[in-house]
Amino acid sequence: MNRAALFVLADGRFPAGGHAHSGGAEPAVAAGRIKDAASLEDFCRGRLHTAGLVAAGLAAASAAGHDPLELDEAADARTPVPALRTTARKLGRQMMRAARATWPSGELDALAAARPRGAHQPVVLGLAARSAGLAPLDAAYAAAYETVSGPATATVRLLSLDPFDATAVLARLAPDLDKTAAAAAAAAQRIPEDGTDALPAASAPLLDITAQQHAAWPVRLFAS
Amino acid sequence: MTLAAPPTVPAAPRAAVGVRATARVSAATSGGTTTLPVLDGDGPFELRRLRSRGTEARVCVVGAMSAPLGGDRLRIEATAQQGAALHITSAAATLALRGPTTEPATYDVQLTVEEHAELHWLPKPLICAAGSNLRQTWTIHLAPTARLVLREEQILGRTGEPPGHVATRLTVRRAGRTLLDQEAEYGPGAPGWDGPAVLAGHRATGQLLVVDPAFENRPPEVQLLGDSPQDGQAVLTPLAGPAALATATAPDALRLRHLLDTAHT
Repeated sequence: MNRAALFVLADGRFPAGGHAHSGGAEPAVAAGRIKDAASLEDFCRGRLHTAGLVAAGLAAASAAGHDPLELDEAADARTPVPALRTTARKLGRQMMRAARATWPSGELDALAAARPRGAHQPVVLGLAARSAGLAPLDAAYAAAYETVSGPATATVRLLSLDPFDATAVLARLAPDLDKTAAAAAAAAQRIPEDGTDALPAASAPLLDITAQQHAAWPVRLFAS
Repeated sequence: MTLAAPPTVPAAPRAAVGVRATARVSAATSGGTTTLPVLDGDGPFELRRLRSRGTEARVCVVGAMSAPLGGDRLRIEATAQQGAALHITSAAATLALRGPTTEPATYDVQLTVEEHAELHWLPKPLICAAGSNLRQTWTIHLAPTARLVLREEQILGRTGEPPGHVATRLTVRRAGRTLLDQEAEYGPGAPGWDGPAVLAGHRATGQLLVVDPAFENRPPEVQLLGDSPQDGQAVLTPLAGPAALATATAPDALRLRHLLDTAHT
């Protein structure tokens, strides 16, 4: 157990390509649905309790040592739009490169060989956490935090939002992050009895709809 | 049959009050047409056979009492046996109301489609009235050659009233693998449900799912639907399997249905 590795993994500067993605914030800003710190907080809370919870569950399960290929399939079933499946695999491939350099392990090598074009990012993140000696709950925290820190950072750039305000949004979401990570880790513990059905599958219609619309934009600041 | 064993439905604690009802429909083929060897209504579900269309048997679910109310445990099981074509609709919208207890009502739909069979599940919308609390599930088992068309629509509150609370889970298993697994939670107590990531003030949301083995060779193309965002928006996308899913949100039921109908043409 080496808790400090969590700071390395969850650091926004971890070189896994996340900075190029807005987590749906770019289309929401363009549509006027995110226009200030309050609406950013609403956006992040909705994303955390849907996409964030799903990602955290997958990451916790992967960190607990459940079959990453089965989890990758569960991630596909929970990602109905191709734009988000493509993004998740692209980010998974980048996470894999960074993780294999940072915490080399046979399990990472095996997943990289089985999914050369990338597994879903939370599955890779969970396996990276496992290779770093972290616990499933740690992986759930890293995945959940990333689903809100990405949009918050992107909104600073998209809206010229005050970075202090964006950081305050993240601080106010801390209790929700605790709940989400705990729920995700608890769900992952039920996999031996219930299979991957135990993992959360929460969805957000507008995240799906706007991600697919955004992928068709000819010019955009963020990849997703 | 290569279908996996049906999943166990979590046992609900016994409700102090409330209706417990399970309606069952089973369609089979006989002499080139579809027959209905099982057509058993129960509680609030009265089942009427409608005039057949071609080889397809058609059934209409008619509400025989106000349901679901808090504490009710409702269930519909429908099976299209090998080669059968079954179409199920409903006579009116389903109205979830508060009822005598704040306990949630449950409404579980289990659909099974065997080899070379086809099932259309196209009921009228679910309306979640103020104060209602409903958990709805759809659990679907499809054989590799089965075809399915399913539409589900949630209207959050009657006109001018706040919404009730609704939590749903749609699980589709095809040839033993999970094709789609989706939960949704809207209304009071669901974090972020009305915010810019989830419904952004819209009061109607729904999906149309089409599973067809023909998509294996010719996957459906992505379509962006809805010309003006204030009238709602939708996308039709291929799943990671031979299926297309339209996801829509709209200000009201009428505009929601328009989007889903556009996706289904």
